[in-house]
Amino acid sequence: MKLELQGITKRFGALVANDHIDLVVEPGEIHCLLGENGAGKSTLMNVLYGLYQADEGSILLDDEVQHFSGPGDAMAAGIGMVHQHFMLIPVFTVAENVMLGHEQTKAGGLLDLAAARAKVREISGRFGFDVDPDALVGDLPVGVQQRVEIIKALSRDAQVLVFDEPTAVLTPQETDELMAIMRQLKQSGTAIVFITHKLREVREVADRITVVRLGKVVGEASPTASNPELAAMMVGRSVSLTVEKTPAKPGDAALVVRDLSVIDAQNQYVVSHVDFEVRAGEILAIAGVQGNGQTELTEALLGLQARTEGSITLDGVEIAGATPRRILDAGVGFVPEDRGEDGLVGEFTIAENLMLDRSNGAPFVRGGAVQRGALDAFAEEKVREFDIRAQGITTPVGRLSGGNQQKVVLARELSRELRLFVAAQPTRGVDVGSIEFIHKRIVATRDAGVPIIVVSTELDEVVALADRIAVMYRGGIVGIVPADTPRDVLGLMMAGENPTGAAA
Amino acid sequence: MSDQNSTAPGSSTPVVETSHAAALDAPIVLEKVIVRSPKFPIVFGVFALLGLLAAFVFPRTGTTRIGLSDSKDAIQLDPIPIDSQPFVAVVAVLLALLAIAAALFVARSATARIPLGLTVAFAVLFVIAFLVWAVHDGLLPFTGLLVGALGVSTPLIFGALGGVLSERVGVVNVAIEGQLLFGAFAAALIGVYTGNAAAALIGAAVAGMLVSFVLAAFSIKYLVDQVIVGVVLNVLVTGLTTFLAGVIDVDTIPRTARFGVVPIPLLSEIPVLGPLLFRHSLIVYFMYIAVFAVWFGLNKTRWGLRLRAVGEHPKAADTVGINVGRTRFWNVSLAGAIAGIGGAYLALDAIGLFSKEMTNGAGFIALAAVIFGRWDPVRAVLAALLFGFATSLQNSLSAAGVTDVPKEFLLMLPYLITVLAVAGLVGQVRGPAAAGKPYIKS
Repeated sequence: MKLELQGITKRFGALVANDHIDLVVEPGEIHCLLGENGAGKSTLMNVLYGLYQADEGSILLDDEVQHFSGPGDAMAAGIGMVHQHFMLIPVFTVAENVMLGHEQTKAGGLLDLAAARAKVREISGRFGFDVDPDALVGDLPVGVQQRVEIIKALSRDAQVLVFDEPTAVLTPQETDELMAIMRQLKQSGTAIVFITHKLREVREVADRITVVRLGKVVGEASPTASNPELAAMMVGRSVSLTVEKTPAKPGDAALVVRDLSVIDAQNQYVVSHVDFEVRAGEILAIAGVQGNGQTELTEALLGLQARTEGSITLDGVEIAGATPRRILDAGVGFVPEDRGEDGLVGEFTIAENLMLDRSNGAPFVRGGAVQRGALDAFAEEKVREFDIRAQGITTPVGRLSGGNQQKVVLARELSRELRLFVAAQPTRGVDVGSIEFIHKRIVATRDAGVPIIVVSTELDEVVALADRIAVMYRGGIVGIVPADTPRDVLGLMMAGENPTGAAA
Repeated sequence: MSDQNSTAPGSSTPVVETSHAAALDAPIVLEKVIVRSPKFPIVFGVFALLGLLAAFVFPRTGTTRIGLSDSKDAIQLDPIPIDSQPFVAVVAVLLALLAIAAALFVARSATARIPLGLTVAFAVLFVIAFLVWAVHDGLLPFTGLLVGALGVSTPLIFGALGGVLSERVGVVNVAIEGQLLFGAFAAALIGVYTGNAAAALIGAAVAGMLVSFVLAAFSIKYLVDQVIVGVVLNVLVTGLTTFLAGVIDVDTIPRTARFGVVPIPLLSEIPVLGPLLFRHSLIVYFMYIAVFAVWFGLNKTRWGLRLRAVGEHPKAADTVGINVGRTRFWNVSLAGAIAGIGGAYLALDAIGLFSKEMTNGAGFIALAAVIFGRWDPVRAVLAALLFGFATSLQNSLSAAGVTDVPKEFLLMLPYLITVLAVAGLVGQVRGPAAAGKPYIKS
């Protein structure tokens, strides 16, 4: 089926998320929609999928104008979507998830689970998936969950399939497998829209590339275009894709973690007996697929996890079990992975957010009163130093773009005397320009002799920043390897194997 | 640390894998820490101690006769005589042994979890010993106690079913109390003016639904905090019905508008079970059907699958074409109708008149039953029966002339059990993931 979007415009208040976007996807074609976070790709696809109503423009399938009032209409017309955040119900089985919304029933409204299982098996068989229809989705690894999403779309005979940032949660090997599936779908005549900001993937599978920037189509690119060319189109200026850094000059081991475990509310070891050390002036990057214990590990370092075992020493002082206040005072800086949730108070101003973890005394608080003068001077300086683009220091942080919000977090954490810096997903949802800046600051902090832990699920970022790489899988560290370890080896390690024989 | 292909000690990560695909497709199983909580052994120990005290420090002699039949039964069973003091002593020792067994179980077993059967056996033994000790010389109407328990439980069960439906679709229903009370009032009102039982019952369902409409409209359409709307609704209905009951006469419901006992032929003559299950009004028989229907509907039908999907992950439901707002609205309304029928039972069957605030917290006990039952209809019904039993126990002991256990303590019993059950035994449970959260379509 041929998909055509004509002049799609979608506004949210004053913000124009999509500005007269045109797009044509032919059957049997993989059409890449390339753009930065916030460029409007997901908005466009939500319009296509009936989740949003376009303010202007029309959607055509095989040259017929469509009117979708909800996802149900879009699906009925043959559009399927593999969402970035899976639209699966964790407590349902695979078969129940696949049948939901178009259930086959027997007499009396009784669900026909046998038919749903058969459907799952039939589609799994067609693509060589090994998915158990009766497994609970919440127990499955993300890679398999994504296959369930694909099965779900195909079970409704989708002719146009949208993949929204599908590789964000996958290991490199899983990504390769996904690419193979996409090619297979293409062979069978499905029209595929592939949304991504990863240049490597685009060049691997795309037949055509449309680049979107700030809600507008800025042009088409050829899959043979080079990375810098694509990046320049995407960002609007030439950007450096590599992080410039000199070899590390590591000092003594500053952070020593021994046999650290974190136990969650279900009594499971989400971090399991982890050993590692970070030396002064080096970056240890922690790689791994999302949800393998990285979040809990960083939170444990900051004293945010209630149940931990083992020892964490910073410059010889035990900090395991200490309160977050004491750990901050010991000189630990922390960029949490979800800045909106844990890093900032959206309604507070930039200045207030800059003093959030220093509200316990001088220079910002004296005798219980906030010292506005000192705070404002500090905030003005940091806004300049970190190039935070905002109207002023009294702008609420919630109104800033992702990149500028992250710079506020970074400015706050890096403006203290640090003995350790922990950055979790420092560039998630951040524009390319800000990524460059954030990477530079992290490297500068390293060169100042601070030990650094960077947690990232983006292998590109890990490879760019790391002096050493620790790979986590299901709560354990599979191995700690040098920064020049090949990507496919890292990929295998992210799946729990250890081909290098590196020490865990 | 070794430089072998090793993993961290005790980690669940397999040491060698032949293919990474095999590792990725398998469900994730993480190593679990075994928590040896002394909670259960301590609770058991306290109750065993109470038993020993009752048996040896405050012994009470006499013969307790356990009555199994009442005068209406065709088959008359003789009461079972029990020599109170030795019986209590034997059971108390047994309880102590069970408590020790529980302690050993927690300390030694691989799972450190006490089997549910042991807990149930302990509770049943304790209750029987307590009854024998309390009555010690006289007749204990055992069947009557159970029949009473079912009667008290009926509105709780209707309320709990309403609660389960509403919460499983994602709307926290604190307004069960209001739904019961408004149902009771409407049933009485329509009963008085039409003299028609069926009309009164339908009126109660509609009244419960009206309360739900307000809850649904405010929480789904206007995104007001569901708990607050629920609390306000309870206050509103209490005030409204108290006022109206003062203005309109609703306490002389004619006999034609009331649901009398309709014994089921043959089945109702089975000793013990007959009077317990098959000698009730039509509302109670309707309840049996409702319990089955809700369980079956939730778990086996398209309606239930969609309802649960909306309560767990509304956006996922939306993306497969399910209308979240509509699904929530109508199922919350249905929940209100069911709870309203529970109110009708109070007015038209159990009591036979409307009096102000006659639900007396039953809606909140029903809410506790929902949580204690972990949002599962059958378990919620069992929890409601437990709370009903505690109330019936208090009634029966008063009726059996037990005066030396303070009345205040007995009155407290149902609520004490509720608090213990919900706070102590349930622990951390996971409700429907999206319950209480409005679905905002951006």
